[in-house]
Formats: sequence, structure tokens, C-alpha cells
Amino acid sequence: MDGSHANAAAAAAGGGEGTQRTLNPYVTGNSVIAMKYKDGVIMACDTGASYGSTLRYKSVERIKAVGKHSLIGASGEFSDFQEILRYLDELTLSDHMWDDGNSLGPKEIHAYLTRVMYNRRNKFDPLWNSLVLGGVKKGPKGDEKYLGMVNMIGTHFEENHIATGFGNHMAVPILRGEWREDLTFEEAVKLIEKCLLVLLYRDRSSINKFQIAKITTEGSTIYPPYALKTNWGFAAFENPSQGAVGTW
Amino acid sequence: MFRNQYDTDVTTWSPAGRLFQVEYAMEAVKQGSACVGLRSATHAVLAAANKANNELSSHQRKVFRVADHAGVALAGLTADGRVLSRFLRNECINHAFVYDAPLPISRLALRLADKAQVCTQRSWKRPYGVGLLVAGLDESGAHLYYNCPSGNYFEYQAFAIGSRSQAAKTYLERRFEKFNDYTPDQLIRDALSAIKETLQGEKLTSSNCTIAIVGTKEDGTVEPFSMIDSQRIQEIIDSMEAADEAPPADVPMQEEGGDAPPADAPPADAPAADAAPMDI
Repeated sequence: MDGSHANAAAAAAGGGEGTQRTLNPYVTGNSVIAMKYKDGVIMACDTGASYGSTLRYKSVERIKAVGKHSLIGASGEFSDFQEILRYLDELTLSDHMWDDGNSLGPKEIHAYLTRVMYNRRNKFDPLWNSLVLGGVKKGPKGDEKYLGMVNMIGTHFEENHIATGFGNHMAVPILRGEWREDLTFEEAVKLIEKCLLVLLYRDRSSINKFQIAKITTEGSTIYPPYALKTNWGFAAFENPSQGAVGTW
Repeated sequence: MFRNQYDTDVTTWSPAGRLFQVEYAMEAVKQGSACVGLRSATHAVLAAANKANNELSSHQRKVFRVADHAGVALAGLTADGRVLSRFLRNECINHAFVYDAPLPISRLALRLADKAQVCTQRSWKRPYGVGLLVAGLDESGAHLYYNCPSGNYFEYQAFAIGSRSQAAKTYLERRFEKFNDYTPDQLIRDALSAIKETLQGEKLTSSNCTIAIVGTKEDGTVEPFSMIDSQRIQEIIDSMEAADEAPPADVPMQEEGGDAPPADAPPADAPAADAAPMDI
């Protein structure tokens, strides 16, 4: 009932029958975690994409480089992320062709994406993503690190550490407690792995295959996927059904 | 130029391959009072000679701020110039809204040139009768462009447009190679001297010229585009005159012709009337 009402509204707004818009996400990625560290910004997520409750795709790259100065990570509908990458491609390509020494930095890309996401939301046809934008660019005060987020309704902000999806509930408290301005790369990796591990244990849509990416003044690096060690050796997990009613 | 049967329409080519309406529009630029622009690596200066229609009226505004990092000086039909300034301001504002960053000056000049070109290829339009000196900043420093009614634009180290601008161009041609290292003060002085050349004997005062500057300060922040107030202009003019009365210092001759001459040197005067004139 609600769906059809919204559909009719969209049809009227969109100017006729057969207007398509995103009502539900289908193939989705889960949390992205990112934080600033001493030399730049580090970002990580798992390489899984779910189809509803099925862990359908297990080698999906949800963090990509944008231009020379930025990384973008996305959770949510993967096809919408691919569309966003196409938009960003057009932007960075025209920048590249100008070849005039000007290039889009992370702040500009974040502002652009905010406009895109917010405008789509206002048309009731959102890009169903939470996007994390991180990068480093030379400014008047030297190299400036930037980290921000924008989601499907256009809410956007800048922070020293960001997490999307379940990460908001599980990773952010850890980051708030342990993040520092001058983390080295190794310390940042350890901190991010701590968050990824919590999500691996507790978020049922996560898989044990992660990618870490970093961006510094030198450029961006997306490391190959790897797995974290998990520990299931707890007494309560042995013979879990012992003593339960109706088991043998 | 003589009237002929190919000059009624902007969309009619002449047999010699000229669009006369566009060339006539460029003549309109030459009728306006002079404007001068020059730049160093970090700053750009625009100056204009103020002309009032009669003693009772105020002078025409020729220098406009387009954004914090950009401004224009125009010569020709000032009404057309006003409309184009509004367009430029809009472009800068829209870019800043979407990207939260200033529109690089080179891209602004391109949008202006594309807009001007449209008017040279529609039968129901006429070319804009105004030439604009566009000065501003981008990531690689300060830049100065000249946008023509024909839709062409070039980057310059220094340039002058409008009536009696040749005198200013000659003055600038002798000095432009040093401009890149000039301090903002030196740029302002040379701009005022160039405007003085176009006044042809009339005394230069703060009431018959306007001057504006934009640049990047030493600490990397932007010094926004702003007009210099008339009191300060008068002080500079006075100090220039005092320096003039002193025994003349060595005028630096252009010895360094060995290195490749900058491609953006101000071009020579218009060639013979038969050849299609370059956009000046």
C-alpha cells in the first residue's frame, strides 16, 4: 500500500508511467572504516557484497582511487557505487585533459558528491550508498588531510575517523577511544584491524577477506586482500547444545 | 573598413573568409576607454582609465569583481560588459556551490569565450561588443586573459585594450619580461604608468583611473580581488611623480633575448586592413 502510493507519487514527479527509481537496495556492501593518520588517510573494508541475506560476491573492491588525491569507499548498493564511479571518472577525466595544473582535491569531490546525493534524495530516487571520501592535497598551509562522509539522504560531514553501516555502532566507539593525531601507518593498521575484527565477529554480513588502502602525498595504494585471525576457542562454543532441551 | 555586401549578417562569410560583423564588434572594443592588465607569478592587476560622458555624470564602471579570486576590466559596450560580468559571477558562484572551491581562472575564461562564440554563429544574435581582461588565480598562480568578441581568448603577461591602448602596449612591451618577479606594488605602479600613457598628456589623478589587484599572499592565503581606494592611488601617483623628477634611473633594456621569448607577449599592432585581423 505504502509502496504503491510512493510509486504513484514518483510517477507523477517523474513525469509519467514507467519511471524507475530505487526503492530497495539489492547487492550491498557493508561497513567501511577510515581514519586520518600521520602521513595521510587510511581506509579499509571487506570484499564482500551480499544479495539480501546471501553472501553472494566475495571479491568485490569497494574502495577505489579518485584522481591523484583521493580515495572513495562505499557501503550500500553496489551498482549505485559503480554509477558514482562513472560520474567521478567524467570529472577526473576532464580535469586530466585540461592539463593546466588544477586538479580536484578530496574536499571538492566530497562537495560534488554531496550535491549529487542530496539532489537524488530530493527526487525520491536516491543513490543507496554511504560514501567515505579521504585524501591529501597541498593547500596554503602545506599538505592537508581530508576525510569526510556523505550518505544516501545527503547528510555529510568531515571527521578524523569515519565508519559506515554497522561500523557506526561498533567501530566508532573504538575509534573515539583510541584514535590519535600522530598514528604511524603500522599503528593505524592495528587500530583498523581491531575495528574490522569486531565487525567480523558481530556483523553477520561481513566476510574474512579485507582490503586496506591508504592515500598520502605520494599517491594512493590499495593493498591486496588478506584475512584476519579469528579465535573461536571458547568453552561455550564446545558442545553448544549440551544440556539443551530436546537435543541429543 | 568599408561597408560591403557581406557584412549585414554575422552568419555570412565574406569571399575572403572573414566575418565582418565580428570584426566590427572588435572595433567597438577599440572605441572604449583604455584598460590595462598585468601579472606577476602571484598577483594580477587591472587598471582602467575613467571616462565620464560629461562633467555632470559619474564615470562608467569598467572594473568588476567576479569572485574573491577573480575580476574583469572591460572596454567597449559597457552594457554588454555588465551582462557578461553577471554571467561570470554566476559561473563562479555555481562552481563554488557544487565543489566548495574557486573556479580556476583558465576555465572561467574558457566559459566566457564559448559564450561569446555562440553569438558569432547564430543568425538571431549579435556578437558582444566588449573586450574583457580577465584576471584571477588558480592552483598555478595568477593569470591574465583577454577575451575577445570573436570568442577567442589568450593568456597574457600584460595587455592593454581600448582607445589609445597602443601607447600602453608599447610601454608594457619594454618591461613585461620582468613582471613575473614583480612585487604587487611594482605591478600597481607599472599599471598606473601604462594608463598614464593612454591619457596622452592629460594629468593622471586618482579620479581618472581605477585600479584593482588580486593575488596569493606569502602565507598562501588569497588576497581577494579589490579596488584600491583613491587616496592610496593618489599617494602612489605622487610618489611616482617625485621619482620622475629625480635623475632618471637606468631603464632596463631587454638584453635577455637568448631564452625562448614568452609565448604570451602582447602581439604587434593590427596588420594591413586587407588581411583578416588577429583578435586584438
